Amino acid sequence: MSNVPPDLQYTKTHEWVRTLPDGTVEIGITDHAQHALGDLVFVEVPEGGRTVALGEPCAVVESVKAASDVYSPVAGEITLGNPLLAAEPEAVNNDPYGKGWLMRLRPTKGAASAELMAADDYRKLLQAEGG
Amino acid sequence: MGRRTPLFDLHQQLGARIVDFGGWDMPVQYSSQIGEHHAVRRAAGVFDVSHMCAVDLKGARVRQFLQHLLANDVAKLKIPGKALYSCMLNEAGGVLDDLIVYFLNESWFRLVVNAGTRDKDLAWIRRIGQQFAVEATERVDLAILAVQGPEARAKVAGVMSTTAATAAMGLGPFFGREIDDWFVARTGYTGEDGFEVMLPASAAVRVWRELNAAGVASCGLGARDTLRLEAGMNLYGNDMDESTHPFESGLAWTVAMQPAERRFIGREALEKVLADTAAPHRQLVGLVLEDRGVLRSHQKVLVPEGRAERAAGAGGEITSGTFSPTLERSIAFARIPAGAPQQVQVDIRGKLLNARVVKPPFVRFGKPMI
Repeated sequence: MSNVPPDLQYTKTHEWVRTLPDGTVEIGITDHAQHALGDLVFVEVPEGGRTVALGEPCAVVESVKAASDVYSPVAGEITLGNPLLAAEPEAVNNDPYGKGWLMRLRPTKGAASAELMAADDYRKLLQAEGG
Repeated sequence: MGRRTPLFDLHQQLGARIVDFGGWDMPVQYSSQIGEHHAVRRAAGVFDVSHMCAVDLKGARVRQFLQHLLANDVAKLKIPGKALYSCMLNEAGGVLDDLIVYFLNESWFRLVVNAGTRDKDLAWIRRIGQQFAVEATERVDLAILAVQGPEARAKVAGVMSTTAATAAMGLGPFFGREIDDWFVARTGYTGEDGFEVMLPASAAVRVWRELNAAGVASCGLGARDTLRLEAGMNLYGNDMDESTHPFESGLAWTVAMQPAERRFIGREALEKVLADTAAPHRQLVGLVLEDRGVLRSHQKVLVPEGRAERAAGAGGEITSGTFSPTLERSIAFARIPAGAPQQVQVDIRGKLLNARVVKPPFVRFGKPMI
């Protein structure tokens, strides 16, 4: 069974969102997602300063087998892409909620965000998907 | 639900992720695709390739039939047990399939053809075979295990009787033979030594478990794909198909144009290709990505300004691409204009990344070749 930390919010497309004390958010892919993708060998993260729309593909995670887009669950301005992942893409497999975070962004005030789920609801979604 | 091999339940018990492959439910990986890849390069791994199809061809004129059917020449098969890799072409010179043919005796040859093309192949083989009174039998009673890696042959020998093991260990490269009710061949698709074993379907699960117990890793089709690409081996449907001929698929070495009087199917079309030196020719080459990223099939290859590009009117395209676990960088096959320079660029999501043209294989017997 996948690890679903209770203190994060989740999307239907298997991203997680953590709100940081300064109001920015940290975004990554869930344990379920990293497991489904398999060994990651390349991760492309957005550069700081880029503005992303809700649902815009803004990072790419590539396993040996395939490339997958990661969609921004929030509109805003990227403050930082995780610099570790260029050299250590496997951090997303090994620590998807920690060292394997993909990007941080400052949400646009008043902008819509994706329908974010609490951990319990995300866990139900995974059960419904057979994961 | 797709077609299933005799090992399907075992794959599930072993925790494999199952995917559709040419209409078959097959294991793509068990735990880690990269781990499975390294197991084969460094020790031994076992693959279920029972979705591939063994076809027995019997008849007094079977050799003559195969000399007509195949682009390579089975006249090269002089010693019983010897195997040959060949393309089977259509009249236009397009590749219907690539296959291995084993010479067993003068009235019995065995083919092993791809899963995705088996129905098409069988219909074609039976139609042409009628003219030679050759009977084709699909050996659905057999499972096929590929055991590959530097320790693979010894591991297989370890699950056989002493006399059978001696017979198997005596096989030279690209030879196969019947040993009791198994057919053991020293062939493979990984660039490592090893055996491909055809055995009664009822014995497959037991043998797989015995190999596991001896330290042979269960390996899925994901690792099989990275291993074959590193080994410089084509995949039917990616690197060649009915719309491409062997000369533009890195397979000229498998076409026997001599002797000139052997009228195999597709020969006339290939002769026209060779005669038309003014036409733009394409070639299948190896690429190594020099920038960070992963090459994938269908990405566009841009050839720098020059004679080759003008002649072909375009660049080319990746046919197979992946991350190479052995080289820890991305590698690919690409079809590009003949005579293109050694440096090209690949369009990956709108970014132009640098790649170097190389001659496959990328890896052979565990060692980098590029």
